[in-house]
Amino acid sequence: MSDRNAAPPQKPGGPGPFGGSGPRPGGRGPFGGHGPMMQGGEKAKNFKGTMSNLITYMRPFWVSIIIVLVFAIASTVFTIVSPRILGNITNQVVNDYTNRALYDQITSKLPKGVTLPPGTTGAELLKQAPPAMLKKIPANKLATIKALDFSKRPGINFQKIADIALLLIVLYLLSTLFSYIQGWIMSGVSQKITYRFRRDISEKINRMPLKYFDTKTHGEVLSRVTNDVETVSQTLNQSMTQIVTSITMIVGILGMMFSISWLLTLVTLVILPFSFGFIGAVVKRSQKHFRNQQATLGKLNGHVEEMYSGHNVMKVFNGEKRSIEKFQTINRGLYESAWKSQFLSGLMFPIMNFIGNLGFVGVSVVGGWLAIRGSINIGDIQAFIQYVRQFNQPISQTANVANILQSTAAAAERVFEFLGEEEEIPQAEQPVEIKSVKGAVEFDNVVFGYNPEKTIIKGFTASIQPGQRIAIVGPTGAGKTTMVNLLMRFYDVNQGSIKIDGIDIRDMRRSGVRKMFGMVLQDTWLFNGTIKENIAYSNPEATDEEILAAAKAAHVDRFVHSLPNGYDMVLNEEADNVSQGEKQLLTIARALLANPPMLILDEATSSVDTRTEVLIQKAMETLMEGRTSFVIAHRLSTIRDADLILVMDNGNIVEQGTHNELLSANGFYASLYNSQFTVPAVV
Amino acid sequence: MVIAVLALTFGQVMADLQLPDYMAQIVNKGIVRQNNSLIFNTGFRMLLISLLGGACAVGVGFLASRVATGVSMNVREKVFAKVESFSLREFDKFSTASLIIRSTNDIQQLQMVLIMLLRMVLMAPLMGVGAVFKAYALAPSMTWIIALAITVMVGMMIVLFAIAMPRFKLLQQLVDKLNLVTRQNLTGLRVIRAFNAEKHEEANFEKANVELTGVNLFVNRLMVIMQPMMMLIFNLTAVAVIWVGSHMIDTGNLMIGDMIAFMQYAMQVIMSFLFISFIFIMVPRASVSAQRVAEVIDTEPLIKDPQNPIAFPVDTRGLIKFDDVTFSYPGADSPVLQNISFTAGPGETTAFVGSTGSGKSTLINLIPRFYDVTGGRVLVNGIDIRNVTQEDLCEKIGYVPQKGALFSGTVSSNIKYGVPDASDEEMHAAAKIAQASEFVENLEDKFATPIAQGGTNVSGGQKQRLAIARALIKKPEIYIFDDSFSALDFKTDAALREALNDETRKATVLIVAQRIGTIMNADKIIVLDGGKIVGTGRHKELIESCDVYKEIASSQLSEEELEGILGEELA
Repeated sequence: MSDRNAAPPQKPGGPGPFGGSGPRPGGRGPFGGHGPMMQGGEKAKNFKGTMSNLITYMRPFWVSIIIVLVFAIASTVFTIVSPRILGNITNQVVNDYTNRALYDQITSKLPKGVTLPPGTTGAELLKQAPPAMLKKIPANKLATIKALDFSKRPGINFQKIADIALLLIVLYLLSTLFSYIQGWIMSGVSQKITYRFRRDISEKINRMPLKYFDTKTHGEVLSRVTNDVETVSQTLNQSMTQIVTSITMIVGILGMMFSISWLLTLVTLVILPFSFGFIGAVVKRSQKHFRNQQATLGKLNGHVEEMYSGHNVMKVFNGEKRSIEKFQTINRGLYESAWKSQFLSGLMFPIMNFIGNLGFVGVSVVGGWLAIRGSINIGDIQAFIQYVRQFNQPISQTANVANILQSTAAAAERVFEFLGEEEEIPQAEQPVEIKSVKGAVEFDNVVFGYNPEKTIIKGFTASIQPGQRIAIVGPTGAGKTTMVNLLMRFYDVNQGSIKIDGIDIRDMRRSGVRKMFGMVLQDTWLFNGTIKENIAYSNPEATDEEILAAAKAAHVDRFVHSLPNGYDMVLNEEADNVSQGEKQLLTIARALLANPPMLILDEATSSVDTRTEVLIQKAMETLMEGRTSFVIAHRLSTIRDADLILVMDNGNIVEQGTHNELLSANGFYASLYNSQFTVPAVV
Repeated sequence: MVIAVLALTFGQVMADLQLPDYMAQIVNKGIVRQNNSLIFNTGFRMLLISLLGGACAVGVGFLASRVATGVSMNVREKVFAKVESFSLREFDKFSTASLIIRSTNDIQQLQMVLIMLLRMVLMAPLMGVGAVFKAYALAPSMTWIIALAITVMVGMMIVLFAIAMPRFKLLQQLVDKLNLVTRQNLTGLRVIRAFNAEKHEEANFEKANVELTGVNLFVNRLMVIMQPMMMLIFNLTAVAVIWVGSHMIDTGNLMIGDMIAFMQYAMQVIMSFLFISFIFIMVPRASVSAQRVAEVIDTEPLIKDPQNPIAFPVDTRGLIKFDDVTFSYPGADSPVLQNISFTAGPGETTAFVGSTGSGKSTLINLIPRFYDVTGGRVLVNGIDIRNVTQEDLCEKIGYVPQKGALFSGTVSSNIKYGVPDASDEEMHAAAKIAQASEFVENLEDKFATPIAQGGTNVSGGQKQRLAIARALIKKPEIYIFDDSFSALDFKTDAALREALNDETRKATVLIVAQRIGTIMNADKIIVLDGGKIVGTGRHKELIESCDVYKEIASSQLSEEELEGILGEELA
């Protein structure tokens, strides 16, 4: 029995569609890569802690998991038993066959025409045989011959074979069924765990302070929702059943092997250290190259991305040659590490195969020798060889499980870290609610910094009457959005307080504070839905008439009618099927519909054509009417008409007052203002 | 190389095919005839053959990985060089994101499949055919078992994948959707909280999550059938071979060892068919990637250097002339630019204004030949720019894009991008004019401060200033500012323009701007509307004569400013 025999078909490569879970977003196709064993990958910082977290997380599924384990063990036990039984069939055939060979051999020595009466045994025949002939018969066959009935030519006992074969088929079917049931339940468990992880993360996002997201890229958070969660569920699925089946397999096969022949078992076990040594050496070497390959690939992708997105700059600065040269250097490096890692990981299969063959030859030779001596049957050798084949798989799997568990832990750790992040400080115990908001805002010696060690707003006091218009001005990067963050309670002040109608906003619900403000920022955020849904986002209960009224007031109505499907047109993923200006109008309509007592506006309208800009201004005017408004101002007219100007620089509010007051103070504002409109030379 | 792979694969397969035969010999001649030395001899030979086969397999692996990674290296380089030679027209055709994927993931995908194919595509059929022959030679009347097993297996695979394939695609869509919902949640965090719409977002997510989980579960439960079923097919084949085989032994048509060998061959045939069906699943996927890559390689850039380029005359500097230029994007109904004629000379500042879609950015993109005109011509220093090399042309241009577009490296490597051998003094000077000195000096490592990919570690305004410095250091004849001041605050904008004024005195300056304040002092303002020039002149002239200009101006400046500050102070 050569290689690739009745052992279960092994998955030839990494997690393919046959790993039982479909394509992964990471995009390793079928046969992709060489499985986690070669990846080595990252390790969790706290393996034990993460694992116990994970076990806690899986607790609701413990009944299912136990069922899975029971079925896995049962199916494995059947797998282990069957080669032995298959061997019994072979033994039966061999036995019957040798008996007939003996019969033919002995009856050929009898004189022709002799008929033996029924029930003549070999023992009786041998009594008449010449002594020279008796000597030739080996001792172990003597007993067989003596018991043999020579009155008729023996055939193969098909009844017995059929019985065993039937038993085998039943066993195989049961094993298949159990194995499938186990896979079915386990898929359910791992999918449910994945689902719960995702749901928890999504809910967590909404409970976390904005501070977290301001310091992390969206990519990082996204990769937890998809990649990390996916890794956890995949590897969990794999490792959980594998640990159990592998251990059952190892123990069971060892038991079966010993029961067949301790000598053969010893021969097999001697080979084991070799396979471990080889595999270890290969893995160690290839991991180095894999890491190199990943790093170089990252560099290469980075260069491609950068050069393609800056294509016109590269062109116009004649950077083509340099860019290609740089690419070539990285590409060569990638080739070096890529072929080495591919080659080394590809070594695995031939090496394992050869070691398998080594064991196979060893068993054949020793087994053959034992068979001649009569201490083992051919069917047992056949079964034994199957066991040797099957033995390799659970051993490399157990070695693998350690690696898989490491990556499970690493991914799970990131997920748990995220779920364990600090949440927004709890709401006030008895939140105050203002019934009808007048819109008076008071800043009382506000001190704030994004980082506690670095205060940027150093004691700001101002009192704003209902309906007033406040312009926030300052150079880029002066920290104008800080005001938005504080007013909306995206961040809380470090010292002092902000009061609305005399009540500290920290004594209200966050949602209560936010409900009082309408917000229109430069960064228009619309979602993948219809225009109507986007407008109604601020007030899901709004009637169609109200939506239409808001749209009309925000000059949305006009352009909507020129769009396909009008209000039911779906904004695509990037929302780039409406122009930037139209998006801004939509956000104004959204704010109008909410009908808030106070407003936060960003006037900036970059990449908006001038006619739309006029409309935006008009719409903003409508919106501000009768509402206390905080405007991040870019237009001089707004600034000059403001009731109060807050001048910001380096995060702090450096000046406040009206346009005329500030001009005559001749400070920062005055120089800012003059630089814009009195420098005579323009490029 | 390919021949070597073929030869080695052949060796590997032959070795694998020999082993069951030897096993049969051990059983038939060694055990049954009780021949100890034959067993040892055969065992030794088997070991040698297996070693040989292993060596061949290692050789195949070696060659396969070198060939596959080598091919992918060459393809990658070809694609990259090709894309670098593209004009913006090809970039529009493919989209930048798609070109990036084609140059990276698609090629990586190809490499992976190529390795697998080199290892298997030859081996599997060879093995399959070889094993069939061997099995047939042993017991022709039993080969129907193999045929049946293969039919069942292939049938199962077809059914499974026919059901699963469309769902794999759906799965990808659902993952994308979940990502989309999450990304929207993250980018809109402030708005969501402002409108207290957290529950709404959670419901959206829940919907996507439930859908994804459902399909995933279905596909998973479908695919877990595979492994147990494969096992079952293998095992039942073994039983069938023994059952039929024992009858043949009974009639004296088969030896016991041969029966065991037959079983081995049957397994080898089934395995190779399994591999072949994997190939059939893999190849269509890879061919999609291959097609996408080939599309890029086969695309010839529309803008190429002329065969006999002429050199620019040395006596003229920075004279730009548009001669009845018309431009339309491929497939567009109406031209973006129509009958554009104007001249811009050294020492002059020419500004372009107009609403979005008026064609002003397109117009200046014609000068560095990002696109070629579809009618008329663009002359630089009296020569049609299609008659000079792109390198010579770009040598004359200092271009500042709208978004800055910095490259990873350092502040210094970015400023010196166009002139790598520029001195530090020149760099400092350029940074100073671009109003970048102050913030650069405040950085930890000053000019050696690393710039992240895409310049994400500096602000928008800082990016623009560095991009301006990058253009200044070239001291070009022609400056093109494509809305390059938009991220600057008024104060920096004004200071920058004042400093630029000295620097660009001898050069030709073209500016595209949204803000009237940025361009109102230009020597010549060209007003575009719907791809046509609707006004040319100075600010004061246009405010009186050009309606479009007046409308733009009045939307940005109040009445008072239009008349007062601009009218009087600047007059």
